[in-house]
Amino acid sequence: MERRRPGGVKWSAADPAASGALRLCNHPRRLTDFVVSCRELRKYYPDVKAVDGLDLSVHRNECFGLLGPNGAGKTTTIEILEGLTRPDSGTVEIFGMNWRESERELRERIGISLQETQLNEKLTVYETLKLFRSFYRRGPAPDDVLRELSLDEKRNSRVGRLSGGQKQRLAVACAIIGEPDILFLDEPTTGLDPQSRLQLWEVVTRFRAKGGTVLLTTHYMDEAHRLCDRIGIVDHGHLIALGTPAELIAKLEARNIIEFASDPAMDAAAFEAVPGFHGCSRRGDAWSLRVDSLAGAVPALLAIVERNGSKLRTLSTHEATLEDLFVSLTGRELRDV
Amino acid sequence: MSEPRGALYELTVARFKEFLRETEAMFWVFGFPLLLTLALGFAFREKPPDRIPVGVAAGPKAGQRVAALAKSPALQPRIYEPAAGREALRRGKISLFVEGDEAPVYRLDPTRPEARTARVEADGALQSAAGRRDVFASRDEVVREQGSRYIDFLVPGLLGMNLMSTGMWGMGFSVVNARMKKLLKRLVATPMRKSDYLIAQFLSRLVFLVFEVTVLVIFAWLVFGVSIHGSIVVFALICFVGGTAFAGLGLLIAARVRTLEAVSGLMNLVMVPMWICSGIFFSYERFPEAVKPIIRALPLTALNDALRGVMNDAATLGEVLPQLANLVVWTLVSYIVALKVFRWQ
Repeated sequence: MERRRPGGVKWSAADPAASGALRLCNHPRRLTDFVVSCRELRKYYPDVKAVDGLDLSVHRNECFGLLGPNGAGKTTTIEILEGLTRPDSGTVEIFGMNWRESERELRERIGISLQETQLNEKLTVYETLKLFRSFYRRGPAPDDVLRELSLDEKRNSRVGRLSGGQKQRLAVACAIIGEPDILFLDEPTTGLDPQSRLQLWEVVTRFRAKGGTVLLTTHYMDEAHRLCDRIGIVDHGHLIALGTPAELIAKLEARNIIEFASDPAMDAAAFEAVPGFHGCSRRGDAWSLRVDSLAGAVPALLAIVERNGSKLRTLSTHEATLEDLFVSLTGRELRDV
Repeated sequence: MSEPRGALYELTVARFKEFLRETEAMFWVFGFPLLLTLALGFAFREKPPDRIPVGVAAGPKAGQRVAALAKSPALQPRIYEPAAGREALRRGKISLFVEGDEAPVYRLDPTRPEARTARVEADGALQSAAGRRDVFASRDEVVREQGSRYIDFLVPGLLGMNLMSTGMWGMGFSVVNARMKKLLKRLVATPMRKSDYLIAQFLSRLVFLVFEVTVLVIFAWLVFGVSIHGSIVVFALICFVGGTAFAGLGLLIAARVRTLEAVSGLMNLVMVPMWICSGIFFSYERFPEAVKPIIRALPLTALNDALRGVMNDAATLGEVLPQLANLVVWTLVSYIVALKVFRWQ
C-alpha cells in the first residue's frame, strides 16, 4: 500500500515542498490552510433554494461530514464543490485552484462517488475499473484496488449482477483508482446492509490513514459520528451548526434523553416539574424529554406519572446524540423530513 | 491481464464489449437484415413465365390436340366438355378454347393479350403436329441485364437501411442510456477527455460497420448471386461515409434527450420518412417530380443511390461524388451541432 502511495507522505508538514498546493498557489500560508473552501454559495432552482449562502472549509487530512435530511441541499453543495454544478454565486477553491481555470488538474486530484450512478452493467468489475484507471495519469493497479475493497472475488462478474453493497464498493473503487488527494462521497452507505457499511467505513479510514482528505454527505448520525472529525449540519440550504461531534453534542444544554409512553398519555405541562428539564417533543403517543441528569429526573418523572394516575408502558434513556441536536435545532426529526 | 492503456482505446473496447454482450442488439444488426433479405429475395425471385391455360373440347381429336399443345412451352392444355369450356373461357379460367371437328376453331376474346399469344402458340403447335414444316430454323437469345433483377435493386437498399438504423441506434441509444443512468455525469467527473468518449463511440461503430456490411454482402452473393460490379474500394468508401453520416445524425438526436422513450420517438421521426421515400424497397422515381429534389437531399437517398450505382452499374468514384458530397454535408452539420448542444448530465 505505502509503496503505491507517495501521496500519503506528500501532505505531511515535514515535506512542504512536495505539496501540490504549494506549487500551484505559491502561497506558503496555504499549506496550513484549507484544501476545500467555499464562500457564500448560492444555487436557486425554480421551486427551491437548494443552497442559500453556504460557507464551508475542509482541513487537510480531515474527514468532513455534511449532515442533513433529504432535500437539505447536501447533494447540490457537494456537486458544486465537485465542479459538476455551477453555483449562481459564490466561490469555490480546492487546493487554492478554481474549477474554471484548473478543471483538468483538479479532476486528476479528486475522486468522486455520486449518489446514483449506475455503472455499465455489461462490463465486468475489472473492466470497469481498468476503464476508469485509463482516465488518470497516475494510480494503483486495478487488481490492488479490487483487493483493498474485497471485490477480488467478483473481479470477472458483470456489474449488473452485483449486490447493492458490491456496486457501492465498486463506485468507491472507481473514486480512488486515480489515487486522489480528496475523496467526495455523496451518501456512500444509503440503503446498504450493516456489513457493507462497515466495509465502506474501513475504506474511508484507510484512505485517511494514507493522508487523504474526505468530504462526505450522509443522513445517518452514527455514520457521521463514527467517521467524521467535523460535521456541518445543513438545513434549507445553509449550515445551521458546525463542529466536532463532541462539540456539537456539548451544545445541547441537556445531556440526556428520556423516552417514555404511558396510558393515558401525559400532558406536556406536567413535565415542567422534572428537575433539569430543558424541553420535550412528541412522536405518536411517546414523549421524548431532554434533561440534565438522569439520577434527578427519572424518579421525579415516575412520581409525576403515578400522581397523574397513568400507567407507564415503555421507558428508555440514552445520552444525547447528533440526532437530538438536529431535533433541538430544527424542531424536526432527521428521518421524518 | 493487460494493464490499462490509453483512455481512447479503453473506451472503444468498453463500448465494443458492451455491444457484443447485448444479444438483442446483435440480432437487429446482423440477424434481422439477413432474414429480411432472405424473405424478400425469395418472395420476388425470378420464375419462368407462367404457361397460359387453354381448353380443348372433348371429342375424338381431343387427346391428340392436348398432346400437341403440351409441346409448346407457353401453353397448359386441358380437356373440357363444350359447355364447361365456354363457361371457363367466359370466366377467364382459360384464355383460349379449341373446338372444331377436322380443322380447329379457336374461341377467344382478342382484347386480352394473353388470348392472342395463346392463339398464335396453339395454332403453331397444332399446325406442326399436323405436319407443317418450318421454312428455316430460328433460335431465341434471352436478354438479361446485369443487376436488373429485383434482388439486385433490393440488396443495396437494405444495406443502406441497415447502415442508417445501426448507425443511428448504435450511437443514440448508448449515449442516452449512459446519460439516463448518470454514467455520463460520472465520466465527466474524471479527467477523461469528452472528445475521447465520443470518438470511442464512433470508432467501435466503425468496427461493427465493417462486419455488418461484409456479412450482408457475402450472404447476398452466396444466396442470390448479387455482386458488386464496381470498385470494392469505392464501395467501402461509400459505406464508410454513409456510416459516419448516420452515426452523426444519431449523436445529434441523442445530444440532449434524457429518456429512451424520447430518443426512440425522435429516431422514428427521422428514420420512417427515409424508409418510405429513399428507395429501399421501391424506386423513388414513383414519387411526383415536385418532391424529388427533397427526397434526393435525404442522406439515405444519397447513400442508396451511390450503393446501387457502384454495385449494379459499376459507377466510378467521379459518378458517385454528388451523393458522397451530400453525405459529407450531413456529417459535418450533424457533428458540429451535436457537439455544440451536447448535454453531459
